[in-house]
Amino acid sequence: MIAKQTNQKAWFMVLPVFLVVAFSAVIPLMTVVNYSVQDTFGGNQFFWVGMEWFRDLIHSERFHDAFLRQLLFSGIILLIEIPLGVAIALAMPKKGWGVPVCLISMALPLLIPWNVVGTIWQIFGRVDIGLLGHSLASLGVNYNYTQDPLAAWLTIIVMDVWHWTSLVVLLAYAGLCSIPDAYYQAAKIDGASRFAVFRYIQLPKMQRVLLIAILLRFMDSFMIYTEPFVITGGGPGNSTTFMSIDLVKMAVGQFDLGPAAAMSLVYFLVILLLCWVFYTVMTNVGEESRKGGN
Amino acid sequence: MRWKWLIPALYILFLLLPIYWLINMSLKTNEEILSVFSLWPQNLTLANYRVIFTDASWYSGYINSMIYVSINVVISVCFALPAAYAFSRYSFVGDKHLFFWLLTNRMAPPAVFALPFFQLYSSIGLFDTHIAVAIAHCLFNLPLAVWILEGFMSGIPKEIDETAFIDGYSWPRFFIRIFIPNIASGIGVTAFFCFMFSWVELLLARTLTAVNAKPISAIMTRTVSASGLDWGVLAAAGVLTIIPGVLVIWFVRNHIAKGFALGRV
Repeated sequence: MIAKQTNQKAWFMVLPVFLVVAFSAVIPLMTVVNYSVQDTFGGNQFFWVGMEWFRDLIHSERFHDAFLRQLLFSGIILLIEIPLGVAIALAMPKKGWGVPVCLISMALPLLIPWNVVGTIWQIFGRVDIGLLGHSLASLGVNYNYTQDPLAAWLTIIVMDVWHWTSLVVLLAYAGLCSIPDAYYQAAKIDGASRFAVFRYIQLPKMQRVLLIAILLRFMDSFMIYTEPFVITGGGPGNSTTFMSIDLVKMAVGQFDLGPAAAMSLVYFLVILLLCWVFYTVMTNVGEESRKGGN
Repeated sequence: MRWKWLIPALYILFLLLPIYWLINMSLKTNEEILSVFSLWPQNLTLANYRVIFTDASWYSGYINSMIYVSINVVISVCFALPAAYAFSRYSFVGDKHLFFWLLTNRMAPPAVFALPFFQLYSSIGLFDTHIAVAIAHCLFNLPLAVWILEGFMSGIPKEIDETAFIDGYSWPRFFIRIFIPNIASGIGVTAFFCFMFSWVELLLARTLTAVNAKPISAIMTRTVSASGLDWGVLAAAGVLTIIPGVLVIWFVRNHIAKGFALGRV
């Protein structure tokens, strides 16, 4: 760490960023707060309803369902992608021509526009024209993601694993590359097993990177919108209607401004709370490892 | 341990299969797609690509996307540079809170902002312009740019600043002549990530545009809902959206891992 100098004039350097982000974040958020406590009969006539929308929301089954689906989805995504990403990063070559090949091909899914990711899997999974759907059908598996909720879930989960595991791999790989060779040599002299090397050298060194990977994957899967929207449109029925999809349906589709605004605020607060928890944990872990002399 | 290479190899195969299938579809005629199931095109055709390159409603989408992505990258990098310098070198009132507040915007779900953004930009007359989408994307790209650049700048020893000031450099001259060349790779990585997140975003870009600035991703979703049949052209459009990403990865291939390591850790 560099010892920082106290200088209040530094605010002038931060000011442009502050203003732009405030313009894009605070004004819209105020609009949302404004709508969340009012009702309208159309036109531009609003009247005060207080906490009514929030009360409705807390007791609304639709919200509970979307929220639980969202939690389940994010949980499954984390359980699959984090171990898988770490395993792949551990098996990746450390030097030679394999490194750029791996990095480039693995970064590829990250740079495809999200709706195109949806389109790719929509085509790939279709029974009539897609490789996956057709192969499964010829194996006798009854697979149709537009009608079967389970198949729709599986398709979206496999798609997300396809899309985002690379991020975990790249982060974990960056963490692994920062371990000096001396550590491995010392482990070899001590006769440490492969598992011991992983448990006592690689895992602690990857700790911070992994926390960031978990944080990013959790946040992004919690706000997932485009891909399921393209593949299933939230269906069949409501089985893949996650929070963002539900919110956009309510705000733009039905134009229910009040309830949508209330839901936006609750949604945002949940994310903010989780973000704060992760951030605190992360900085604490960072400080502890610094105190520990690492 | 001899079979270790199999794991990344299988994973890469899993990554490339759906992409191969998309390319395969884009080279087939629509009749072939719907009638015969084949692993490679029987009658290779470029007709789908010709449709996109000759129809203005298609190729203008790519131009629009490119324009707002470029504006966004320029704004993000230029504004984030001094801010990241301030965060990495000075402590000032509220710096930690400000940094956390910036990060929360990276975490804000775009779905929450879609409707208010639409109203905000309509009311100031910026609706359906490239600049509106570029500024809207700053919501998550600026915090990210500050975060990444701060990581790179903290890796530069402070002695460089002090030596330059003793040598009589003014701050702006020092920043442009000495500091920026030192973090050139950091700026490259930052631009890469800003490009990436602005290029892949659909929800805000679609909400804020109607005709003049409509991005390619929104044009694609419209085609899906309208006809839902022209798979060949849709696949070709998808393949063309992947190409800018491939080019960008190629240019920064040596910095990707480093950027993740320094910028976000």
